[in-house]
Amino acid sequence: MNDFVQYVISALSLGGLYALMALGLVIVYGILRLVNFAYGELIMVAGYGLLLFGRSPLPWIVVAILSVIAALVAGVVMERVAFRPVRNTSPTTLLITSFAVSNLLQNIALLTISPRPRAPRLPNLFVENVTIGDIRIKIVDVIALVVSLVALAILTIFLRRTIIGLALRAAADDFTMTRLLGVRANIVIASAFAVSGFMAGIVALFWIGRSGQVWPAVGLQPVLIAFIASVLGGMESLKGAVLGGYILGFLTMGLQTWLPQGVNNYRDAVMFGIVILVLVIRPQGLIRPVYLREAR
Amino acid sequence: MSALQSSAASLRRLSTPAILVAVLGVIALITELRGDVVFERVVTVMLINLLLAVALQVFMGNSGLGSFGQYSFVTIGAYATIWFSLTSTQKRVALPDMPREWWLYKQHLGFVPSVLIGAAVATVVGALIGVALVRLRGASFTIATFAFLIVVNRVALQWEEVTRGSRTVIGIPKYTGLWTALTWAAIAVVVAFIFKESPLGLKLRASREDEDAAASLGVNAALMRWVAFVLSVFLSGLAGGLWAHFIQQFSPHNFYLKETFLIVAMLIIGGAGSVSGAVFGAIAVALTSEWLRQIENWVNIQRSTETTIGNMIPFQLVGFTEIIVAVAMISVLIVRPSGLTGGREIVWPAGGLRRRRDRAVVPSEAGSGVGPS
Repeated sequence: MNDFVQYVISALSLGGLYALMALGLVIVYGILRLVNFAYGELIMVAGYGLLLFGRSPLPWIVVAILSVIAALVAGVVMERVAFRPVRNTSPTTLLITSFAVSNLLQNIALLTISPRPRAPRLPNLFVENVTIGDIRIKIVDVIALVVSLVALAILTIFLRRTIIGLALRAAADDFTMTRLLGVRANIVIASAFAVSGFMAGIVALFWIGRSGQVWPAVGLQPVLIAFIASVLGGMESLKGAVLGGYILGFLTMGLQTWLPQGVNNYRDAVMFGIVILVLVIRPQGLIRPVYLREAR
Repeated sequence: MSALQSSAASLRRLSTPAILVAVLGVIALITELRGDVVFERVVTVMLINLLLAVALQVFMGNSGLGSFGQYSFVTIGAYATIWFSLTSTQKRVALPDMPREWWLYKQHLGFVPSVLIGAAVATVVGALIGVALVRLRGASFTIATFAFLIVVNRVALQWEEVTRGSRTVIGIPKYTGLWTALTWAAIAVVVAFIFKESPLGLKLRASREDEDAAASLGVNAALMRWVAFVLSVFLSGLAGGLWAHFIQQFSPHNFYLKETFLIVAMLIIGGAGSVSGAVFGAIAVALTSEWLRQIENWVNIQRSTETTIGNMIPFQLVGFTEIIVAVAMISVLIVRPSGLTGGREIVWPAGGLRRRRDRAVVPSEAGSGVGPS
């Protein structure tokens, strides 16, 4: 029973993180049809933000906010510099462009910072446990759980209650129609990238908080997770991304807890095998978009 | 008169593979004459990468879909080749985890048959997964190929009996030299060209431009994509076997994202729409990277010996080459999406200079970059 409670809390916390990762990817894909490979590098930017701002005497919460803002700005800049000029090409060209951007940013970090992992300043909360009865819970898990729920709530309010949120949802359904109704494409796309960067920033706090280190390729694993979660849930649906993230969280923790080590080594292979399977058999994922576009 | 013109035009079109192979031959000859071991290494690596770029062009250029999964087949080709090319004694060192009683353990074949079998194994895997993959289009296809790259990578890292897991396979004899690499690269260029100009290639390119229109003319786009995919996999598998017997030691880590990026960059910079684009992209990227790497090394030596110039440079140069390649690739995608060759094939010039200026480089269509817009 206690094991189970622990499992549920860890899975919910991990799932929340995965859901945020997937959301950051899907919000851009829905509008631009861009599967942004360089999304992981936004996480890297926030990570190095933690390292840089962490050297100042500022309290950690301020450092964290500044790092999230750094990732948000990086997302907007990335769109302006690399993706806007190729916006009207094919999804394949967009994807290849993002692959190049990802490599570029990683190597810039490699050249100018360090190929070796660095440890940013983290609050003690990240390594402490709390014991309730005989259940031991990592505090960071609880914080991640709460923060991911808050971030999801903020995003929901933003999407439902603000004009720009409305425009974003409309654009994700039918971008051409939205533009015909007088919504400025540049603003919509820039805000999608800003949301994506914001998500990457929040994810970075906990992802880097877990390992305690930041290095140039730190964003690869999260971006892979985001791929799996969003393909599972449906690349076109924000709800699907959240659902996919939580399912993947429960699956990952479950496999880690109950699968024998020998089989667990093949976990990634199995996961990505499932990705191919879902893409082929059910390309729309678990949740269909409200408005189904012709397949491209 | 028109018959005469069209036969002259088709003759000119055939000049493409001849010119490309001649260029490669001249590069190899110059390398041989220089007799510089380091330079010969650089050119051999370039030729193997060129083979990979051409293999990728066969699929990406004709279908308009992007593949990030090429290195999964290079991995399979490389390991499958050494299963057959190594003697039992060599396997004891290179693949110590392979059980002695296995049938595979006792096999030993020559270099060329082994490389061909390696490529065949990759092709079988590619043909099977290809059946599922060719149903996908656009970004889904690319993500699926990328997922397959990860699947193969993780399996290779774990399956110690046949790959030695994450540890490096060592003690592989060096069979691939400059001229071997040249021969296979030249064969790949010719094969890729024949495929592109064949009815199959033409149908595939038609479906790339407009799948519905092509289907209305009876083109089975998925089947054409599958054929191109399998051919591309075969060539990639070949490159894997050649690479194994060139580099002499490797692990699954040598066949992953960094390597994938380099080949994709070569093809995009040169122009995915044409075989000439793959060839010139590979040459341009390989020679530029080599030149940049020399600068990188020089700077790092200056730094480590603390010369005046060395002390002025704030950090060790790592990843500098990759940065330049990535910037070049992004610039090409933005400014000239169909690549440096513009998706055209290089052909023997017709008539004098004045006439050439009036005409496009080649009478055939100009490929529209990576995919349908």
